[in-house]
Order: sequence, then structure tokens, then C-alpha cells
Amino acid sequence: MGTGHNVLGRALPRVDSMEQVTGATRFADDLTLPGTLVGRQLLSTHPHAVIAGIDTSRAEALDGVRAVITGSDLPITYGILPVSQDENTLAIDRVRYVGEPVAAVAADDAEIAERALSLIKVDYEPLEEVVDLEQGLSEDRPLIHGEGTGRNVHRSVALEFGDVDEGFGVADHIREDVFHYSGNTHAALETHCALASYDAVGKLTLWSSTQVPHYLHRSLERVLELPAGRIRVVATPNGGGFGGKTEPFSHEFAAAKLSMLTGRPVRINLSREEVFYAHRGRHPVLMWVRTGFAADGRITAMHFRSFLDGGAYSSYGIVSMYYTGALQTATYQIPNYRFEGVRVFTNKPACGPKRGHGTPQPRFALECQLDRAAADLGMEPVGIRLVNAVEPDSLTVNHLRITSCGLSECIVEVAGASDFTARHGRLPHGHGMGLAVGAYMSGAGLPIYWNDMPQSEVQVKVDRGGGVTVYSMATDVGQGSTTMLATVVAELLGLQPSDLAMVTADTDLTPVDLGSYSSRVTFMAGNAAVEATGKVRDRVVRAVAEKLEANPADLVLADGRVSVAGDPATGSDWAEAVRMAIATEGPLIESGSYRAPELAGPYKGSGVGISPAYSYSACVVLVECDAQTGMVAVERVWLAHDVGRSINSLLVEGQIEGGVYMGLGEALFEEQAFRGGLHRGPSLLDYKIPTILEMPPVEFIIVESIDPGGPFGAKEVGQGPLLPVVPAIANAVHDALGVYVDEVPITPDRVVAALRDLARGGSGRFGPESVPDFDFGTPVRVEPPEGFVAP
Amino acid sequence: MTMRLPNFEYVAPATVDEAARLLSDPGRSSLIVGGGTDLFPKIKRRQAAPTTLVSLSGVDEMRGVRFDSAGNCVIGASTLLADLAVSHQVPPVMAIAAASIASPQIRNTATVGGNLCLDTRCNYIDMPETWREASGHCLKDGGEVCWVAPRGNRCWAINSSDLAPVAVALEGSVRLTSVHGERLIPVEDLYHDDGIACHTKSFEEILVELLLPSGGTRATYRKLRRRGSIDFPLLGVAASARFDEAGTCVSARMVIGAAAPAPVRATEAEEFLIGRQFTDEVIGEAAGIASGPVRPQDNTDTGSRYRKWMVPVLVGRALSDLVADDG
Ligand SMILES: Cc1cc2nc3c(=O)[nH]c(=O)nc-3n(C[C@H](O)[C@H](O)[C@H](O)COP(=O)(O)OP(=O)(O)OC[C@H]3O[C@@H](n4cnc5c(N)ncnc54)[C@H](O)[C@@H]3O)c2cc1C
Repeated sequence: MGTGHNVLGRALPRVDSMEQVTGATRFADDLTLPGTLVGRQLLSTHPHAVIAGIDTSRAEALDGVRAVITGSDLPITYGILPVSQDENTLAIDRVRYVGEPVAAVAADDAEIAERALSLIKVDYEPLEEVVDLEQGLSEDRPLIHGEGTGRNVHRSVALEFGDVDEGFGVADHIREDVFHYSGNTHAALETHCALASYDAVGKLTLWSSTQVPHYLHRSLERVLELPAGRIRVVATPNGGGFGGKTEPFSHEFAAAKLSMLTGRPVRINLSREEVFYAHRGRHPVLMWVRTGFAADGRITAMHFRSFLDGGAYSSYGIVSMYYTGALQTATYQIPNYRFEGVRVFTNKPACGPKRGHGTPQPRFALECQLDRAAADLGMEPVGIRLVNAVEPDSLTVNHLRITSCGLSECIVEVAGASDFTARHGRLPHGHGMGLAVGAYMSGAGLPIYWNDMPQSEVQVKVDRGGGVTVYSMATDVGQGSTTMLATVVAELLGLQPSDLAMVTADTDLTPVDLGSYSSRVTFMAGNAAVEATGKVRDRVVRAVAEKLEANPADLVLADGRVSVAGDPATGSDWAEAVRMAIATEGPLIESGSYRAPELAGPYKGSGVGISPAYSYSACVVLVECDAQTGMVAVERVWLAHDVGRSINSLLVEGQIEGGVYMGLGEALFEEQAFRGGLHRGPSLLDYKIPTILEMPPVEFIIVESIDPGGPFGAKEVGQGPLLPVVPAIANAVHDALGVYVDEVPITPDRVVAALRDLARGGSGRFGPESVPDFDFGTPVRVEPPEGFVAP
Repeated sequence: MTMRLPNFEYVAPATVDEAARLLSDPGRSSLIVGGGTDLFPKIKRRQAAPTTLVSLSGVDEMRGVRFDSAGNCVIGASTLLADLAVSHQVPPVMAIAAASIASPQIRNTATVGGNLCLDTRCNYIDMPETWREASGHCLKDGGEVCWVAPRGNRCWAINSSDLAPVAVALEGSVRLTSVHGERLIPVEDLYHDDGIACHTKSFEEILVELLLPSGGTRATYRKLRRRGSIDFPLLGVAASARFDEAGTCVSARMVIGAAAPAPVRATEAEEFLIGRQFTDEVIGEAAGIASGPVRPQDNTDTGSRYRKWMVPVLVGRALSDLVADDG
């Protein structure tokens, strides 16, 4: 007990690690039920077309085909956000992207299912396609949602906090820069898979690799028109999610419907190609940012514009759009801030949330611009960040409430560990170092659908042998949420995480948790677990204290015993203590819950970006660039992350490394690229995720700021560490070669194009020159929050 | 759901003769399979539909490296790339090129014959079925148009073999066998500058072995690719040269891979190099000459412009390798 904690913060293996490394973990595709049929979906081969007719008769007549469905079998629309219910399980009347499911079959085996698909005849009448931002903003293209022609604007926003004109008026230096961040996708190892079983008494069970069993449950209820009580959703362990499984998907409804029609279990496991089309990955965002600085580097005003190419459906798109403007202020004190954003529909797979949801793009723009501003002002990258860094217990101009904040500490730590200041700008040609920071939410402040119930509920039950079972809908997507819960409960009860039985992610068995998205689980489910376990603990302590005639406050739970502090021989072992508690007050089953405080500001859209706490990171990378081929190799990464409190340092390290890995891929390799409406390569050969050879060593530094609201002070680490990696690499490439590649990914062809420009006497920049002329309207003026202190 | 193989007959004869007989059986529509690392994905994507696959993995005489009486290094076509990559018998450049192919897992299965007979690749053809349907099947896929150059009437799919340019640079030859007999042809003549009819051999002919003449050449291979493993070449440059005592070049071969449907010999540059010493200026000039006729198309990763820019860079590096102390 050197740390004063039982297990908190220790580098313990995950509670499910043994099953995972021995292959015992059962993912959705590993589950088998007798008589399971193979479900498959027919995909649209047109980016934009009217469906004039579908003839399924030949498929239905094929031996071994048990059911065939088309759009009209499931006419009720769905969508993750209540305001944008624009998807159908199978396209009705119109297809909007290549790869959109138009029909589904259930058959005895995969061969028959595939044959059946080839026998379905779809009569398409092609429409003019809309495939990029420019076309999306054109007046003359057909509307993707709706009839006739017009601009395919999904949503736009214009907000102003403080007085931007005034802020620019007092600036000593103003910079304007344009950046583009290409789209990319999650590329989780596990393809999406759902197994549906509709049983003889009319109950539907759906096992699915989903990050959001609760939202899926609600959507199934609506689309299938079944009462919630007759639907059970089990989220199977996700073989990676990264945001790619945080909304209901077509194949989940299709598998369920096919099972209802056939009375047999139906499994649909998407192919890798289908996963690229299901997508919901990072939006391509074109950004323009104008920032005013005082001579000492302080930001006086910022005007940020983002243009999102959303793909064919809404998904989380409105939220994604707001996110591109929400967290600029979470790292830097910006006294006057205007944000304008627009999302357009295009005939491509829908974009949505990917790790960092909507914030890596503006973070890239911001951090690259900041380095340039520093150079303009004769400052160092470290200095300009420290002078602007947000402070703990402060409010931002756009009404974010900052509690704990280890940003400055992260910057200082990471710069120190990497010897940044001595090396930046001084390495030989081709070698460079870059710095960047980031911040992320520890859970979205609001649930996705409006309600005033808790965002997370946890139940803890103790049996008469002292066995503890924890029930939570929190879904382990590889991030280790089950281990986090076990650690929190074990810490409070003086047990080991591996002693506990964990029941998770099952709508029949577990109380609601909203899901594994927005980095909310440690904070919210963790707090709910603390509350539930605290009640159990209080009861056990009370019973033992009574027997010992001791003061309950003097009792400690450690090493499986409940005893007087400093005297482990007193008291009783855990199981005996539990029996006393049950004997005195009845069943030992307690629950706890968490609901975020009211944080929303007084304006529309303020629900996006608010969070009970923010994590902070700072990153330094060292790169080596080949000045002829433009190839960039990341040699080393230093990353400091303010996680509030490390509950399990092994998991924190894993999330940091995973974030670095994903950031590396986005910065240099990955692009969900299209040629017209056609994906450029829906395979893992063509879509280039880094291999182990590209992954550099990562030196990580855990900063603990002990957040007042977090469980034991913990915040998040699942998404935040990715954010600074991308701009840090971009800044390092500039340091190495003197070029600016203002477009992510920084591919070798882009680097060489910039180098050639430099050699010809140009600025050595590769990237977009300008942004479209779009009228965002007069911004809504929002007064800074009461108590806001302009720097 | 992974892509599935359709049903087919799989035969694994023990001798070359038996394999040749099976391939010429009019009752079957057969294809040769080595390691299958190229062929199986194609069949899964429904780019080929053979009734029979004739595997060469059971043909012992086709595996391993030996030297013939003329001093040629003879590499059996069924030799695994993983074995080639660590072989001390083959010219080092062959081992280096083999080690750069695909990934360790693939090299454990892939063969030399399969690599030399690799079908041409293009990002309009090596795609799933739905995608090809959506793009409107290209010329190589049974359609009317080459989407890479829609105005032309030919196919631009790329020869992406890493061994082919090296084997050409080393003046290698291949022995082909079928029921109609046997022939030995220069590797260079195995390829045809057409993405569809990319090999000059018939479907019945088995590539039995690769012969590399011995002696006196320095050789190198430079491969450009995005990642340190897995990726096909964006461009490959193989070069070989002989020098006299004074360091003057007496013969040279320079072969550019992954730029066209066949490996491209930079004959003008080769001629330019003969009689010259490889100074920086000469290398620079040769690089310029070599890249002139190379016109990569936009049909693999990173686009045509970049790959064009990279030709002189890679050629320059390859030529520098030849005169480096350890070259
Ligand atoms: C992910 C991935 C990455 C790859 N990267 C590379 C790379 O970097 N460089 C590269 O060069 N290749 C690469 N390849 C392609 C391929 O794996 C290799 O070229 C490999 O050497 C092919 O050998 P194989 O034995 O597997 O060929 P197979 O697939 O068995 O055959 C390939 C073709 O050759 C024919 N064939 C095979 N053997 C003979 C023979 N003895 N005589 C006549 N015809 C024959 C077959 O009929 C078939 O048409 C890659 C493949 C994949 C899937």
C-alpha cells in the first residue's frame, strides 16, 4: 500500500487479457447458433441513381434462399441523431453512394447467398452525381436529399463570441492560413458483424460489434416496430471501434428482419469492402483560419471557418461540424472568437465520428498556424503555446468550463524530455522536430437524445461467498472499460480486479450506459461505479464496525479484509464481512449513477464541446525526411498526457500508443480517397495503415491533474493523445525541409511538390489556396460567460 | 465476411511433364498456381475462373538453387521468395529484391515463378467485383475502355514484379516447358508491353527455372514504396554494369519496373554510360536520359506525376550504388 491505494494506478494486465491472447474471446463472428443462415447485402453500383425497380424473383426462387428483403420491407428511417433520421436499412427509391445496401438475402450458405445477390436485378436510372465540396455548394446539381437542384448544404453555423473585429483591431500581427485535412477511416481489424435471433416467443436478440448497445436498442425498437422489452442487444467485444461502430448500421436491421422472417438466426458479417462503404470516418475538412496576435504572442482574436464534405447521409454530421469549431478555446485563451462551419452532402459514404471526432482537423490547422505565428513574432513554439495556454478552473469565451488542466505541465514535460528547444530549428537538413498540443472531452456533456435520466448506471451485487459482480452496459471496444470498472470497484473494496465478475454491454442484464463514444466511459461509468461501490462498502463497513464496536471511519478495506486502519488482524475477511452486512440489512445489491452537471451555454449548438472535464496532451516528434523522394519517417515520439488520474497505467500507455499510431497513419498515410463517386481502393492493400515498421518508439509521460469531478480524479485518454500527433508531424516536416504541406496526409508526392516549388523560388507550400465563397449569414452573437476573464 | 473462393479442381503433379500434360488437357481450363498469393485473390475477386489449378508445389525438381556446367546460377521456379531472400548462392541483388517483396507471410508462400509471371496490376482491375461493376468493367476486365487512358485502345496495367527488372538487368533467361517442347528465352523477351497480353508465353508453358549468368557485374535494385513492408513498388530500378580496371563502364543495363506493362530497358542511358566513368555529372545525365521515355500512368498509389519525378532519383541512386565501395 505504498501509494495509499490498493490497485489504483498500477500496471495490471486487463482482466480479459488471458481470454484475448488465448483466442477464447468470442467476437460476434465467433458466435454460433444452430441453423444460422448467412445474410448478405447487395450494394449499389451507382453513386446517385433512382431505383426504377428491383426484381428479386429469381433470387427468391433459388434453392437454399430463405428470405430476400428490399427497402420497402423496412420503411422506417433511422439515424443516430434525433434531428437527422435520414437513413433506410435498404435504399428506397434512390441510391446515394456506391456501396449503399439495396437488398439483403438470407441463405443456407455463403455461396448460395452470393448467387442470390447476383440474381437480383436492380433497374437504376442514373442521376448527376455530387462528389466534392465544390459540387456540393453548387446551385445546379441535383439535391441528394430532396427533389430538383440546389446547394446540397446539410447545415451551416455562424457564431461569434466576444467581439472579433475589436480583437483583430488590437492585434499587432494577423495571420491567415488555409488547410485541408483529407478524410480517413477507422480501419478496425474486426469487420462489423451482427447475429440476430428471433425466437419462438417473439423475442429478438441481436449480438453485434457495436459501441452503442443502448442507442441500437432504441433504433431497433423504432425500425422493427417491436416493444423494447422484446429486444435484447448484446454488444460483443469489439475488435476495434474507434467511432466506426457508434451508430446503428444497415446490416443490424437487415439481419434482425431476416431472422424475423425466417425464424432462424441470421448473421451478416461485412466484407472489408463493405466496411469502407459503411465508413462514418473522419470528414474531409477544408479550413480557413485568421488569427490576431499581440506582440508577445497572445491571441487577440480568431476567426475559424470549416467546410465539411459529409458524404451521403447525416450520421453525426451536425455534431461533427460543431466540433470543428468547439475545442480551439479548450487549449488557448482566445478572448474573441468567430466560428463558421458548413457541411455538405455528397454522393459518397457518410462521414461521421472517428477518434477525436471533428477536432483533429482544426487542431492540425491551429497548431501549424501557431508555429508560423511564433516564427513571425520571433518566438519559439513552446513559448507561444505557454503564453496562450488555458489555465485550470477557468471559463472559455464559448462557455466551456475548464476544471483541472495540465496543459502547461504537458508542454514543459514533453519539451524537456525531448530537448525540444535545443534541437528544433537546429537539426541537419532532412531532420526535424515538431511540437503540438491538444485537448479532448471526458464525455459529451449531453446524451444524444434529450432526456433527464442518468448517462450511466452501474450495479454491484455481492453474493454470500463474497463474490462481487459488476453490471454495466459500458462496452469494451478494446480501450479496457471493463478493466477500468473492475479496478475502480476493486480499489474501493480492497480486492483485486481479477477477483470480480464483470457483466457488461447487455440490454437485458445491465443497467444503461450510453456507450463507448466521446471518451465518456471512465468518467461517467467510473463515477457510477464509485457511487454503487461506495454504498456496498458503507454497508459492509457499518456491519463490521458494529461488531467491532469501532468507528466506521477507522475501518479500511485492503487485501481482502475489512479491519481497523493500521491493524489488519482486527475485523474480518471480506466474505465474512459481506455475510454480516447481508444478515443485518438484506441483499447486498447497490446501484449508482452519473449525470453530467448542466454545462450548456446560452446558444444553439452549445451542447457540442461541453464536458465535465478535459484531458490535455502535448507531443513532440522527431522525423527524418528524404529530401528527394519526400518520404517521411517518424523516428521518435514523446507524448505527455494529462489523464487526471491514471487508473491503470498499462491501459493509459496503451491508449497513448494507439493514439500515436492512429495519428501517424492520418498524418502520413491514410486517405479515404475517391475518384468521382468511386472509392480509390476499398482494401487494406490500397488504404495504407502504417505497419509495425513505421511505428516509432513512444516515450510517454503521464500527467495527473486529479480532476475534482472524475472517479478518483480521472479524465480521458482514449482520444486526446491522437490530436497533437498530426500537427506535430507536420511541424516537424517543416523543420526538416523548410516546406509547408498544408494538406493531410503528408504524402511523398505532396512533399516533393512543395520541395519543387521551394527550389523554383516559391514559398515551398503545398495545399489549398482558398476556400469557397459561402455566405454563412450574420453570426449569432454570444456574450462571453459571466466570470470570463479575457487574458 | 471474407471473399470466398469458388469451387475448382486442384491438382498437384509430382513432375514437370505431368504438369505440362494437365495444362494441355483440352477437357480442362487450367491455370498454373505457385504460391497463389497473386492468383487466389484474383480468383476471389472473380477476375479468373479456372476449372483446374495445377499446383507446382509438388514438383521437387523445380525447387532450389543450383549451378549448371556453364556456371549459370539456376533458380527453380518453385523456390520460395523467403528462401531466395536469405540465399547466399544467388547474386546478392536477387536476394535483396526478393526480401523487398510483399510481407514475410507472403514470402513464405510466394514463388519465383509466380513473381516472374505475376499478372499486370492496375487500380481499375485489382478491385472487388462490386467496385468493378460500378466503374464499368475496364478493358482488361472484359470491358471496352481502359479507364487509365480512355482515349487509347490499349491496357496500361503495370508489371509490378520486383524480380523481373533485376532478372533482366542480370541478363537472365528462363526455361519454359510445355507438351510442345522446351525453350530458353531471355527474361526480357518474356514480357510484352501490353497490360492484357503481358507475357509472351502461352498458358500451357511452365516457367521451370531462371538462369542467371555468372560473373563480373555489379548490380543493384532500388525500390520505391510507401511502407516498409507489404507494398508493391511505386517504381523499381535495377541496374548492372561491368567496369574495366580504370573504372570505365564497359557494359550496362538499366531496367525500370512498375512503370509500364513490361519492365522498361533504358537503352539510351545504357549506351550513354558505356565508356564513361560514373561521376556525379555522368550519373545525373544518365538519370535524365533514362527517365525520358518512362511515362508512368495514374494507376497505382501516389499518381503519375510523382512517379515520373522519381525516375531520375531512383536511377541516380542505383547508378551511385554501382560505384559505391560496397556496391
Ligand atoms: C499484399 C500483397 C503484396 C504484394 N507485394 C508484392 C511486391 O511488393 N512485389 C512483387 O513483386 N509482388 C508482390 N505481390 C504479388 C505476389 O505475392 C508475388 O509477386 C509473388 O511472388 C507471386 O508468387 P506466387 O507463387 O504466389 O504466384 P501465384 O499467385 O501462384 O501465381 C501468379 C501468376 O503466375 C503464374 N505462375 C505461377 N507460377 C508459374 C510458373 N512456374 N510458370 C508459369 N506461370 C506461373 C500463375 O498462373 C499466376 O498467373 C504482393 C501480393 C500481395 C497479396
